[in-house]
Amino acid sequence: MKVTAFLIKYGEIAIKGKNRYMFEDALMRQIRFAMKPVGEFEVRKESGRMFVEGRGDFDYDEAVEALQKVFGIVGICPMIIEETKDIDHLRKTVLNFIDEQYPVKDFTFKVHARRGDKQFPMNSMELNMDIGEKILEAFDGVRVDVHHPDVMVNIEVRKYIYIYSQEIKGPGGMPVGTNGKAMLLLSGGIDSPVAGYMIAKRGVRIDATYFHAPPYTSERAKQKVVDLAKIVAKYAGPINLHVVNFTDIQLAIYEKCPHDELTIIMRRYMMKIAEHFANEGESLALITGESIGQVASQTIHNLAITNEVCHMPVFRPCIGMDKQEIVDIAEKIGTFETSIQPFEDCCTIFVAKHPVTKGNLNRIRKSEQKLDDVIDDLMKKAIDSTEIISVK
Amino acid sequence: MIYFDNAATTRVFPEVVKVMQDAMESSYGNPSAKHMKGMEAENLVKKAQEVIAKTLKAKPKEILFTSGGTESNNTALIGTALANQRKGKHIITTKIEHASVYEPIAWLCEQGFEITYLDVTAEGIIDLEQLKNAIREDTILVSCMMINNEIGAIEPIEEAGKIIKEKNPETIFHVDAIQAYGKMPIIPKNLKIDLLSMSGHKIHGPKGIGFLYIKEGTKIQPIIFGGGQQKGMRSGTENVPGIVGLACACEKMIKNDYENAQRIREVKEYFQERIKEIEDIKDNSGQAPHIASISFKKIRSEVLLHALEDRGIYVSSGSACSSNKKQVVSGTLNAIALADEYKDGTLRFSFSIENTKEEVDETIEVLKELVPMLRKFVRR
Repeated sequence: MKVTAFLIKYGEIAIKGKNRYMFEDALMRQIRFAMKPVGEFEVRKESGRMFVEGRGDFDYDEAVEALQKVFGIVGICPMIIEETKDIDHLRKTVLNFIDEQYPVKDFTFKVHARRGDKQFPMNSMELNMDIGEKILEAFDGVRVDVHHPDVMVNIEVRKYIYIYSQEIKGPGGMPVGTNGKAMLLLSGGIDSPVAGYMIAKRGVRIDATYFHAPPYTSERAKQKVVDLAKIVAKYAGPINLHVVNFTDIQLAIYEKCPHDELTIIMRRYMMKIAEHFANEGESLALITGESIGQVASQTIHNLAITNEVCHMPVFRPCIGMDKQEIVDIAEKIGTFETSIQPFEDCCTIFVAKHPVTKGNLNRIRKSEQKLDDVIDDLMKKAIDSTEIISVK
Repeated sequence: MIYFDNAATTRVFPEVVKVMQDAMESSYGNPSAKHMKGMEAENLVKKAQEVIAKTLKAKPKEILFTSGGTESNNTALIGTALANQRKGKHIITTKIEHASVYEPIAWLCEQGFEITYLDVTAEGIIDLEQLKNAIREDTILVSCMMINNEIGAIEPIEEAGKIIKEKNPETIFHVDAIQAYGKMPIIPKNLKIDLLSMSGHKIHGPKGIGFLYIKEGTKIQPIIFGGGQQKGMRSGTENVPGIVGLACACEKMIKNDYENAQRIREVKEYFQERIKEIEDIKDNSGQAPHIASISFKKIRSEVLLHALEDRGIYVSSGSACSSNKKQVVSGTLNAIALADEYKDGTLRFSFSIENTKEEVDETIEVLKELVPMLRKFVRR
């Protein structure tokens, strides 16, 4: 008895009132996109439910894994669709289904039938009792518990008969594409891919900017960031990754500004460049992986100074999280292993031994004045030479 | 593009590609098969064995094909240790071996073997007196490389062989000749070598193939089991195209009495001469014809490597095999006690028959431009 379809449960979007169809359409579009590499599937709505039905052979695990990456899905119920509406046949189908889904027959259960098709000879109550009895007879270790069953056997008689029991947790959130677009400042670290994931989860499409500093950072470091963007794209959809050559700006700061302010000043210019590309690509906000106090440049004082150059909102979803909490998400979404590959990124190359932790905005501005005669040219050069990689 | 990373790997000779393609397209039989197609492949393997044996003045049956240098070293070390552990459990090696020697030896140490590590001089040469004193009655194995992969030091293998066999004729002598084969004459029986490792891709042959020379009568235990190919010493269907390509590369490298190696040496020595034009460097290079190791004071090797890469010049920092591990300070550079201010800035330039003096000139000019610039921006 093979699972041929999935019933998709979606939470939050069901309450969106008149916009509901918009969210549902976005969800169906995202599901179709996610299922494309798995096989041929039909995605459809039917009286307030969403079904993903296989049109031919597919790998069950692969299909579940793909669905688990689609934001907006709360639950995934592997399902059997029975076209023959015959009670004898139905009994057999249900028994086979239970036998396969639960190899260890030691659980309590309840049958929950719903009869939408009134032509069917048994009503819901009769179906509950009839099928329940057959299950009890067939398997030794199972017991009925109508209040807190381990296994809820759902049988829905509609145009066809749908049989499902377990519900696999989906990622939650909202379908990507329902909430505009934002620009992620993506480094090779652990935090920024997690930040991108978290914002995408709220239905936001993502673009990304990465700063590299050849020859101080290598091609491999860049490849690592492309790999990270690829993993985030599995959830967030296609990402335009902007690769900015930051070497000359960094060297100019290094040469002219106080060394202990290097990182803060650098980050201010990174924000400006990211905002430039955000405007160009119609992103409405920036996203960073910053978390209060994690490193010297992320003290609340320095965050305020970095933030000061931005004109659009900056989303920092990791802001109140501990490192371990961020790592847990990175592991869950599959970016952790890539993030910990040891390639130097541009934030660490010239870092001072004792960077300023309580920056002073006036002093930073004064330091930046020392760059006045070169910075516009350098910024323009960096922006003009930026490479855009389309990551899918 | 200038490729100065030939100790990491080399470009495959066009002739090698040709014979391999033929082997794949025409002689694709399984050498163990009973039919003609199988025999045709088997004959290619036999022929290759003869060709390679001749380059070492050895017998064809003394050549065991492997998947390359790492497997040759693993087979040699673990295979002899297991086969001879009743005679003794003492093994001698050096502090500058390649990972494919020191890792299996570290594993043997965990299994209860006792290991003596020989020191090296500032030039990376082992101390023969120390070797002599280290050999005991229960010493079953001595493993020493012939040319060090990081700095190109040539070890006194002939003297070592004599000392080992005089002190304990039972002790098996393994030589990792992965960097040496094709660069200098090697006649195992004259050097008293029992086991010798070699890898194809270091001499313009294909990757995934190499051999282990096993002197007739050496007690060694297979470490890969299966269908009993290669007289049970290494099961697995023979890599026929690889083997054919390997033999072709061996023949080409050894031909004309190492004329190729002489030409490589000329390029290397020219490079050593010209690199003196750069300030504050230290030349760690040994006598090997193809490896130059240069330490640049106050520069991080990785940064200089990428700056050179940006100009189309490919070199390596330390040894390419281990440099993708985080912050591994090279064993050899530690062992030769290089000063700290130089250690971080060591690059390996390694040459092949395909390199020219013009390429050296170009590289020196680029270095003259890059080095002062990079030294300006060092970590404060």
